[in-house]
Amino acid sequence: MNLTLKIWRQKDSNAKGQMVDYKVTDISEHMSFLEMMDVLNEQLINSGEEPVAFDHDCREGICGMCSMYINGEAHGPDRGVTTCQLHMRMFKDGDTITIEPWRATAFPVIKDLVVDRTAFERIQQAGGYISVNTSGNTQDANALPISKHAADEAMDAATCIGCGACVATCKNSSAMLFVGAKVSQYALLPQGQVEAADRVRNMVAQMDLEGFGNCTNTGACEVECPKGISLDNIARMNRELIKASVSD
Amino acid sequence: MSGIFNSSIGRKIAMALSAFFLMIFLLQHFVINSLSVINPDTFNEVSHFMGTNWLIQYIMQPVLIFGVVFHFIMGFILEIKNRRARQISYAKNNGAANSTWMSRNMIYSGMVILAFIVLHFIDFWFPEINTKYIQGDMSGMHNGEFRYFHELQEKFLSPARVAAYVIAFVFLALHLLHGFTSAFQSMGSTAGRKKAMQNFGKAYAIIIPLGFIIIALYHHLNHH
Repeated sequence: MNLTLKIWRQKDSNAKGQMVDYKVTDISEHMSFLEMMDVLNEQLINSGEEPVAFDHDCREGICGMCSMYINGEAHGPDRGVTTCQLHMRMFKDGDTITIEPWRATAFPVIKDLVVDRTAFERIQQAGGYISVNTSGNTQDANALPISKHAADEAMDAATCIGCGACVATCKNSSAMLFVGAKVSQYALLPQGQVEAADRVRNMVAQMDLEGFGNCTNTGACEVECPKGISLDNIARMNRELIKASVSD
Repeated sequence: MSGIFNSSIGRKIAMALSAFFLMIFLLQHFVINSLSVINPDTFNEVSHFMGTNWLIQYIMQPVLIFGVVFHFIMGFILEIKNRRARQISYAKNNGAANSTWMSRNMIYSGMVILAFIVLHFIDFWFPEINTKYIQGDMSGMHNGEFRYFHELQEKFLSPARVAAYVIAFVFLALHLLHGFTSAFQSMGSTAGRKKAMQNFGKAYAIIIPLGFIIIALYHHLNHH
């Protein structure tokens, strides 16, 4: 199929960017969206132009690197997939596709479609862990009884790959689905209880410091999340923060 | 405990708490207004009680006004903060693909409701305060009978006013369609995500504003 692409081009973080039109031809419907971008970049390199910079790594939907806002939706029009898992069969011959970077003050553009998502890492560092002595006397995890239900819910929360689609798609650029998932995966397990109050307090404080917006429960994040992280995790984070504040 | 209200989640909790308070008030206001259709005498008596009881007038009324002012100021603060969180907007954004119109436009439905409250205060609250506390007439009487029902009917003579009220109530319904269940989520409860509660929220969001519309139209069409 032949397509027109409208892509955000920005030389570096300080440059003023703009949308630029490109044509690609003979795109197979079996290609992934990133393979289509590879074809465009080869075309650009062959004609001596600067290729479009975009994040990608595993290309199998697990690393959380790819991050494109395609036709007004994070990771494009398909559900439960990252950009690398999006297939060109979702588009029609002759389509015009708009491709933009994640837009959020807390995710500044580095170049073209690449944004700086280290804000997520700083939130993780603020409390998204448990302190365990790993000196050789580590207790077997199975020694602590955990209900199947809690284990499943914690695992569901832990499937968040931190891609930032929740922030990108939220009209408020809120990071609450991400932080809610990271708080929940520990809050649901006995290992997470000891540091639970400090964890939620510190992670929420860091989230606010990074300049993410406030959740207004539109639910857009849950729909666009490639891993299907539930809005219930945001409610749980809110509960955890209330609990932590009451126990002060 | 103080720290929580300086956080983004704390602001949402405050928003939800004031929303619950206002939704309870709305129900009470609706029940009393319904009396004006069912039985004007009872409506007069209840209105007189509400307008002269010290607990309602000096405790509940200021709390209510604080609740309203708090809810819309907090709404504006959140909106400003949220706009700052995305300074460059998307060239193409398909919001309808993943969320409802109501959830994305709470600030606008809220602004229509705020404009309505100003109109409603000019229509009813300021004249009431003037009669009772400036002119000092606490009797609630006019020409030997209670004035409340007559005043209500007079107000709804004007088609323009009735139209303004009807439009405002439609926006109130849109605001509540998202707000009712959203408030549960902000409070950390998943109750708003349950089907039964969503249906109850929808029923509340439609029945109450529709009821207000019917009451306004009834008085417009049935004035004596």
